[in-house]
Amino acid sequence: MKDIIIRKSFPFVFGMRCCMRFKATGVKTAVMGFLAALTLGNAAQAASEVVVYSARAEQLIKPLFDQYTKETGTKITFITDAEGPLIARLEAEGARTPADMMITVDAGNLWIAAEKNLFRPIESKVLEDAVPAQFQDSKNRWFGLSLRARTIVYSTERVKPAELSTYEDLADKKWDGRLCLRTSKKVYNQSLVATLIERHGEAKTEQIVKGWVDNLATDVFANDTALIEAIAAGQCDVGIVNTYYFGRLEQEKGKLPAKLFWPNQNTTGVHVNVSGAGVTTHAKHPEEAQKLLEWLAKGQAQRIFAAINMEYPVNENTKWDPIVEAWGEFKADELNVEVAGKRQVEAVKLMDRAGYL
Amino acid sequence: MSATATLHHAHSMTQPGLLTRIGLLRLCAVLLALMVMAPLLVIALSWGTVQTDIWAHLAQTQLARLLGNTLVLVLGVGSSVLVLGVALAWLTATCQFPGRKLFDVALMLPLAVPAYVMAFVMVGLLDWAGPVQSQLREWFGRGVSFSFRGTGAVIMVLSLVLYPYVYMLARNAFLAQGREPLEAARVLGHSPLRGFFLVALPMARPAIAAGVALALMETLADFGAVSVFNYDTFTTAIYKAWYGFFNVQAAAQLASLLLVIVLAGLFLERKARGDARYYQSARRKALLHRTRLNGARGWLATAFCGLIFLLAFGIPIIQLLVWVGQGAWQDLDERYAKLVLHTLGLGGGAALLTVAAAFLLAYFKRRYADAFAATLVRLASLGYALPGSVLAVGIMISFNHLDDWAAQAQTALGIPVQPVFVGGVLALLLAYVTRFLAAAFGPVETSLERIKPSIPEAAAILGARQWEIVRRIYLPMLAPGLLTAGLLVFVDVMKEMPATLLMRPFGWDTLAVRIHEMTSEGLWQRAALPGLTLVLVGLLPVAILVRRSGR
Repeated sequence: MKDIIIRKSFPFVFGMRCCMRFKATGVKTAVMGFLAALTLGNAAQAASEVVVYSARAEQLIKPLFDQYTKETGTKITFITDAEGPLIARLEAEGARTPADMMITVDAGNLWIAAEKNLFRPIESKVLEDAVPAQFQDSKNRWFGLSLRARTIVYSTERVKPAELSTYEDLADKKWDGRLCLRTSKKVYNQSLVATLIERHGEAKTEQIVKGWVDNLATDVFANDTALIEAIAAGQCDVGIVNTYYFGRLEQEKGKLPAKLFWPNQNTTGVHVNVSGAGVTTHAKHPEEAQKLLEWLAKGQAQRIFAAINMEYPVNENTKWDPIVEAWGEFKADELNVEVAGKRQVEAVKLMDRAGYL
Repeated sequence: MSATATLHHAHSMTQPGLLTRIGLLRLCAVLLALMVMAPLLVIALSWGTVQTDIWAHLAQTQLARLLGNTLVLVLGVGSSVLVLGVALAWLTATCQFPGRKLFDVALMLPLAVPAYVMAFVMVGLLDWAGPVQSQLREWFGRGVSFSFRGTGAVIMVLSLVLYPYVYMLARNAFLAQGREPLEAARVLGHSPLRGFFLVALPMARPAIAAGVALALMETLADFGAVSVFNYDTFTTAIYKAWYGFFNVQAAAQLASLLLVIVLAGLFLERKARGDARYYQSARRKALLHRTRLNGARGWLATAFCGLIFLLAFGIPIIQLLVWVGQGAWQDLDERYAKLVLHTLGLGGGAALLTVAAAFLLAYFKRRYADAFAATLVRLASLGYALPGSVLAVGIMISFNHLDDWAAQAQTALGIPVQPVFVGGVLALLLAYVTRFLAAAFGPVETSLERIKPSIPEAAAILGARQWEIVRRIYLPMLAPGLLTAGLLVFVDVMKEMPATLLMRPFGWDTLAVRIHEMTSEGLWQRAALPGLTLVLVGLLPVAILVRRSGR
């Protein structure tokens, strides 16, 4: 029993002494030390640094960041995650956020981030010159950096290009049981439908989407790659995909019995979306962040930014990647990509009503 | 149980121990539960303004289908993991057949395979355009092809990765029962099979229920696997509200509804179990006498175990290896050492913290044994049933409030204001505790329940203090359960993706993060390298788990 008591009271007494010593000498040191210990892993703030939250995958941005650090000496610290959580984090952190810049894919996400006042307006001659007006925010809060064309892919074995014309035409009865689509939960499809609503109004767009659903050959796919593979394997004949998925798959598997087709060339043009970035409202290094953004929008960096993922550069002076060039030129939709964000909720509801899963 | 409490109470009145005097145990438990429940509160607070617009839209267009899908999934996965887990556990724990020793270990291995990896492997392999069906079409024509993305496929994939929870806990329970209860049944004239249903199964019920509950909570929370199949569940609706409608509030409202459903389910299971308590004697059991399955019956058992092992582990691993060999290996660089290190470090740290937290809560619940304790503990383990990203955002927001206070302290002290919690390692570890407390709590509580109250009572009568009873009686008797809990959390944390993504400090990428970088871009085959590495690293804790838990 005795030995129990001793062992039990020992830490207690020791604790008391500790506390008293702390009280006497340095509450401040203790608190600072505690805070420092908690911060373990939080980025130490370097002299010249940009902190980036990115929804664009690491392998698509890190080579550029490394290059930038080599050229300018500015250190870039970043984390990647999906857009939703990153926007939620920026919103929650408010003025305290360490992030100077956010890169996301899809105009809808850029739009909502701007709506939530997470980006600051930027006056920049460089960016104005580099990024066409339709691919940037009207209040200069975000700028597109690369373009993604969402187009038609078809089986070269079962479809003649002459049979194809527009996105709207895929609702025609002649495609019954031959169409493959990716899920409506993917923002790329939401943006496409948003532009259709802008052009045709709700009622007609709903008819088109219902037509698509009626023509489906199989359940909608979770990703574009699987969709292209299904066309190559013969499960369906036509589908709608982003071009770079097609490029990647051909790079990986060699020539496929499928090709890209540019729709709506006599009407509205191919649907294009952006991946882009903005400087955060509460950036700690706004000038450095702006410099990085400007650097990404022109020259060699702009070429790599697009080429690394077989996308199209947003800057019209930048050369296309040879693989991308081989798919040919096309007329792109001239709507401002903001429409995708503004009408996204409408688009999702419409697709739900049309039974597009 | 009330007898225990009274005894303890009487004891503490005569000789007030330090802990009991200031109610430190209760205080700690309440604080811990509050911390874990904070993100749930954040989510519940979303009801401030009801998002009627979104609700009306969902109700009109898809709520019925979503609920139907979710119900089918829960029933399908629940019954599959129950049958698979219990049958396999019974075979390896109490029977003797060719290859049993191997399967003992091997059948646990699928625990190391993340559900989302299993999903993309199986769909890549077995869907219409995959190699298997392409070959079949070549042989037999188009007629044989089918879509491998329906309800059955989702249930199969989730069951194959989730049955190990039931297998592990049921196997431990069967081993711990020893042979006496079964022999008693035999003496009373029951066949081995009847003995199983009359004695062994009811005795193992708390463990089996804990295992099934874990599997079902993961099923409800799953987003990664179901989205590979584009199978709409309640959880996918949460993400639709969030990503599609930009409406985090509606997402949180849906999520809180999910919690209510889970709570109701857990409550019903408790009610159904009634007041029965399941104790066993403290002594290590004599070796269980295994029933020898002879001839065809033995080989049938081997074939059954082999089939499950092949589907749940063999095939996915081979497919991952093939993809790595086809080119994913090119991504292998010096950073992988760091990825593995981070993965292990976070897993280990989170395991220690979570088991400590689970023990504290389980002991608190047993010690006080009142409705308050039971409710508190139940609520604290709900984090497991929430979709990862939703919980991650809830945690992030609640830690952000702490950062608000830290900022005030920083201003007062004249230090530059910067986030202390969000983006730090500690916050991430605490996020894991919140997420996986339920996984640790199951094994800890079931092994705690097996300790007869008479043992600590005897110690109390002999004058031992509370801490002494914990240290000299509970901890040694619980050691296997604590280890099981720790390893479970370890493996779960390694596979965890959303909280890691959102809350990891800069530069702290893990293997799961790498998988996300690839799959978010549709690069399934390149995801094979981090996927395979994750599974291989996960084998280590899983192997210890099996070796420790019995012969």
